[in-house]
Amino acid sequence: MKKVSFPHMGHAGIAFKSLLEDLGNEVIMPPVPTKKTLDLGVKYAPEFACLPYKIVLGTYLELIEMGAEVLLAFDSYGPCRFGHYSHLQFLTLKNLGHDVEVICFGYPKREPIEFIRKLKKVSKHKSTIKCLYEFYKAFKKGWEKLKALDYMEKLSHKIRPRELKRGTTTKVYKQAQQWLDEAKTYSQIAEAKEAGIKAFNDISIDPEREVLKVGLTGEIYVLLEPASNLEIEETLGHMGVEVERSMFLTGWTQDNLGSGTQDHASAIEAAKPYLPYKIGGHGRETIGHVVNYAKRKFDGVIQIAPFTCTPEIVARTILNKVSKEHDIPVLTFFFDEQTAKAGITTRLEAFIDLLRRKRLEKNQVAAAI
Amino acid sequence: MKAYLGIDVGSVSTNIVILTENKEVIVSLYLRTSGRPLETIKRGLKEAYEQLNKEKKDIEIAGVGTTGSGRYLAGVIVGADVIKNEITAHAVAASLLVPGVQTILEIGGQDSKIIIIRNGIVTDFAMNTVCAAGTGSFLDQQAARLNIPIDEFGNLALQSKTKVRIAGRCTVFAESDMIHKQQMGHSLADIINGLCEALVRNYLNNVGKGKEILPPIVFQGGVAANAGIRAAFEQQIGHPIIIPKYFNVMGAVGAAQLAREKIQQGERTKFKGFEVADMNYRTSSFECTYCPNACEVVEVYEEDKVIGRWGNRCPRWDL
Repeated sequence: MKKVSFPHMGHAGIAFKSLLEDLGNEVIMPPVPTKKTLDLGVKYAPEFACLPYKIVLGTYLELIEMGAEVLLAFDSYGPCRFGHYSHLQFLTLKNLGHDVEVICFGYPKREPIEFIRKLKKVSKHKSTIKCLYEFYKAFKKGWEKLKALDYMEKLSHKIRPRELKRGTTTKVYKQAQQWLDEAKTYSQIAEAKEAGIKAFNDISIDPEREVLKVGLTGEIYVLLEPASNLEIEETLGHMGVEVERSMFLTGWTQDNLGSGTQDHASAIEAAKPYLPYKIGGHGRETIGHVVNYAKRKFDGVIQIAPFTCTPEIVARTILNKVSKEHDIPVLTFFFDEQTAKAGITTRLEAFIDLLRRKRLEKNQVAAAI
Repeated sequence: MKAYLGIDVGSVSTNIVILTENKEVIVSLYLRTSGRPLETIKRGLKEAYEQLNKEKKDIEIAGVGTTGSGRYLAGVIVGADVIKNEITAHAVAASLLVPGVQTILEIGGQDSKIIIIRNGIVTDFAMNTVCAAGTGSFLDQQAARLNIPIDEFGNLALQSKTKVRIAGRCTVFAESDMIHKQQMGHSLADIINGLCEALVRNYLNNVGKGKEILPPIVFQGGVAANAGIRAAFEQQIGHPIIIPKYFNVMGAVGAAQLAREKIQQGERTKFKGFEVADMNYRTSSFECTYCPNACEVVEVYEEDKVIGRWGNRCPRWDL
C-alpha cells in the first residue's frame, strides 16, 4: 500500500490514523503545524486565502517531504470557501511538480457511490461489501478513540485552571493522547482512557480557586487546531479560566454525518431572533452558542476565527447586539499570520480582568440583597 | 510615608510615577524609550530617586507595579509586585483621578484603545488591531517630515480656517494625501487640522465602533497633549473632553495604584530598591532548535544571572 496522510487538526489525527491503519494503509502522521508550516503555506497560497488554508497547504508540502504518496482531504460540500480549498491546494501541488495522489472525500450521504469509489482507493479490500464492512469496523473503532480523545481534552479544560503546578495538565494531556494513539484494540482503548482519567484525577488542584467560566466559539479549524490559535485554551487555563468549547470533532461528525446533536439544534434555535438563516460556515451556530452561554451564566465568551472569514465577520457584527441584550462580554480574535503572542495576551488579560471585576460586583450585589 | 512606584514601558515613552498613600503623585517622569527600554528604565529609576530626595520627604516604596508592552522586562528588573496589561492600568488610573468616568479614550505611541466604564468597572474595551493609523508614532513622523516640533503640531491645527479632507484609513495613504494637498497649495494649518480630524474619524470608526461613548469622557495617553486632536474629538463626539493632569503617565499611575491594592491585601513588596539602577543588566536572545517553530527566546541577565526569559511557545524555557 502507498503511504497515506492528511492535514493536522488538533488530536483528530490520532483517530484518523487508527481508521486508516485498520483499512490496511501505512500512515504518515502529519506534524504539528509550526512556523515552518506557515511559511511554506504562505509562500504558495493565494494572499487572500484564510489561515487554515495556508496551514493545510504547508502541512501537505511537509508531508510530501516526509514521503507521503497519497493525501486525503474533505471538502464537506462547501460550507464556505473551504469547499473549494482542497481542489485548489491540489492544483498548487501539481503545479509545483509534486507527483502525489490526492483523494478528496465529500459527504457520504450526498454522494454515496462516489464515496465508496474513493474509499476503495484507501482500502485493501476490493469487493464493495467487504470494503464497506471493514470501513464500518474501522470507523467504529476510530470513533471510540475520538470520543476518548475529546473526553481527555474536556478534562484538560476543567483541570488546567485549578492545577497547583503550572503545566502539569498539559503534560498529562499529551501523555493521555499518546496512550490512546498506542491503543490498538477496543480493550486497549478503554484501558488507555481509564489510565488517562486517572492521570488527570491525580493532578494536584486547588478546589477553592475562584475560576472564571468562558465559552470559546467560532470557526472550526482555529477552534480545533491549537497551533492556529496560539494555544488560546492553554493560555486561558493558565490565567485561571475554565474554557468550554462549542465544537468538538465528535459533535461535528454527529451533526453532519449522523442525526445531529441537541447542542447544535439548540444553538440554531437560540440564534433565530438574530439570524434565522444559514450564512455558511458556522456563523449562525456562533451566535446561538453565545446566547446559550449567556443563558447558562457564563462569565464571558471569546469568538475566534481566521482573518477574512466571512461567516464569522457577519456573526461578530451581530454579537454586539447579543452581548448587550444578554449582558455577556464578548471578545473576538481574528487570527492571521502573526506568531507573536503579546498582542493577544494583553487583550486576554484585560478581558479576564474585566470578567473578574464584573463577577466581584455581582457577588457584592448578591451579598447586599 | 508609604508610596508606590508605577512604571509604564511603552513603545515610544517610558513613564515613572510615585503615588503616595494619599493618592498624590509626587514624582512623574515622561522619558523617551528611544528603542532602549533597559537603559531607559535604569535612567528613569535614577531620576525618580533624585527627585524623591529633593522632595526631602520620608518616603518608603511599599510596592511596585509595571505595565505597557515592556512590562515583563521592567517587572523582572525592579522586582514588581504587579505586572498588568495597559488596558486595566489605564482604566484604574482614570477611575482614580477622575471619579465617575464612563469613557476613556487613550492614544499612545503604537496603540489606541477605548475603555467603557460603568459604575466604576470596565464593561467593554477595544484596541486597534491590525493598523497603527491614528497613533502617536504617525503624528511624530509627520511632525518630523514637516519640521514642526511635536509640541506645536496640535496648536497649529487650531489656526486652520478652511476644511481640508485627509484620508485617515491608512498612514501610507494619509501621507500621500497630505503631500498631494500640500502641493496643491493648501496651508499647513489646514492640512494638519485635516489630519487631526482624519485620525479622530478613523479612531471612532475603528476602535470606537459600536461603543456607547457617554460623559464624563477622559482623553489620555501622549497624544492627549495635541490640542488639534482634542478639538477634533470634542467636535465629533459632541461632549466636552477631560484631560487629566497626568494624562501622559496614566498607565504608570494605574500600575502604582494596582500595586497599592495588592500590598493592601497584606503582601510584602518584592521591590529590589533603587540600587537596581546601578546594576548591570543585559539581554540576549537565541533561536530554539528543538522544533521547527524556532521560537526566538529572549533572556534577561542581572549581572551574570538569568532573571527572566520569554518568547517561547512551549514551557521548555520557563524559569
